[in-house]
Amino acid sequence: MEITPDTHIIFTVAGIAVSATVVWTWVVMALLVAASFAATRNLTSDFAPSRWQNFLEALIGETRRQIADVSHHDPGPYLPFIGTLFVFIATSNLLIVFPGYEPPTASLSTTAALALSVLVAVPLFGIAESGLWRYLKNYMEPSVFMLPFNVIGEISRTIALAVRLYGNAMSGVVLAGILISIAPFLFPVVLKLLDLLIGFIQAYIFSVLAMVYIASALRARRGNAAPPPDSEPSSATNQSNEGV
Amino acid sequence: MEPHVVIAVVSILAAGLTISIGVIGPSLGEGRAAAAALEAIARQPDEANTITRTLFVSLAMIESTAIYCFVVSMILIFANPFWNAVLPKAGG
Repeated sequence: MEITPDTHIIFTVAGIAVSATVVWTWVVMALLVAASFAATRNLTSDFAPSRWQNFLEALIGETRRQIADVSHHDPGPYLPFIGTLFVFIATSNLLIVFPGYEPPTASLSTTAALALSVLVAVPLFGIAESGLWRYLKNYMEPSVFMLPFNVIGEISRTIALAVRLYGNAMSGVVLAGILISIAPFLFPVVLKLLDLLIGFIQAYIFSVLAMVYIASALRARRGNAAPPPDSEPSSATNQSNEGV
Repeated sequence: MEPHVVIAVVSILAAGLTISIGVIGPSLGEGRAAAAALEAIARQPDEANTITRTLFVSLAMIESTAIYCFVVSMILIFANPFWNAVLPKAGG
């Protein structure tokens, strides 16, 4: 049994081995691009939008609301990054309903790449919000001696982000393989159902944690001052119309 | 014993111990977190959405230690790095 799709070579192009991870990552990306392209062709502001537009509007509206809830900021600048993370991970985890599909998130390479993009995005958003000096000063916030611990925390939470997603997706694949070999009739189906739920929750958790990390970098601007008074009413109005 | 037998025995035992001991702490922690969140929701049902989101995030954080143990035990069983040092000698 293999615990990563990296070692499963599908074909070789000019001496470069193309593993199942790369192939299925491109399949997921092509699917997302094609679906987004098809959905945004005939955008309309009528009262009766198409099904795809309706779905996309619901998805984007919900993502914006979650981002605003977590960060108390305008979700605009963060929506593309967080939304892409969520949609990519959710799609690659939900496609396990198709036989023969190997989720690219079950490879540590994919999840490490996603976590590294979060590691790069956090300082970028923080610097864009509060300026380079103010952001760097945030690292020695309680005192200068906390500088190494803040840096270690930044790195270790990135590793945690990668290993958490990898462990959850890989455990689904491995457990399904074990169960198919010992109880091949009904149990694997039930486990796949649980995997669908776990995969979706993990996509949600990954993007919420990425947004929490970005929001903690944005907080450098406020420093020790009190939180802005508009944060509470906005979150209250946001929560009041939640229908989940 | 041959070195690869020792490595196999130690790896399997260590994998079992890793997952069984490593899961105790996170499961107790998750139980406490879920109980506290349920109590908070019972006290303040209006804040249920915020509490649920925070609960999910904190459950993921608590759970990650158990996931580390799972990954370590899977590596010990399926991708043991010490096999490469031993297997050529045992084969030849």
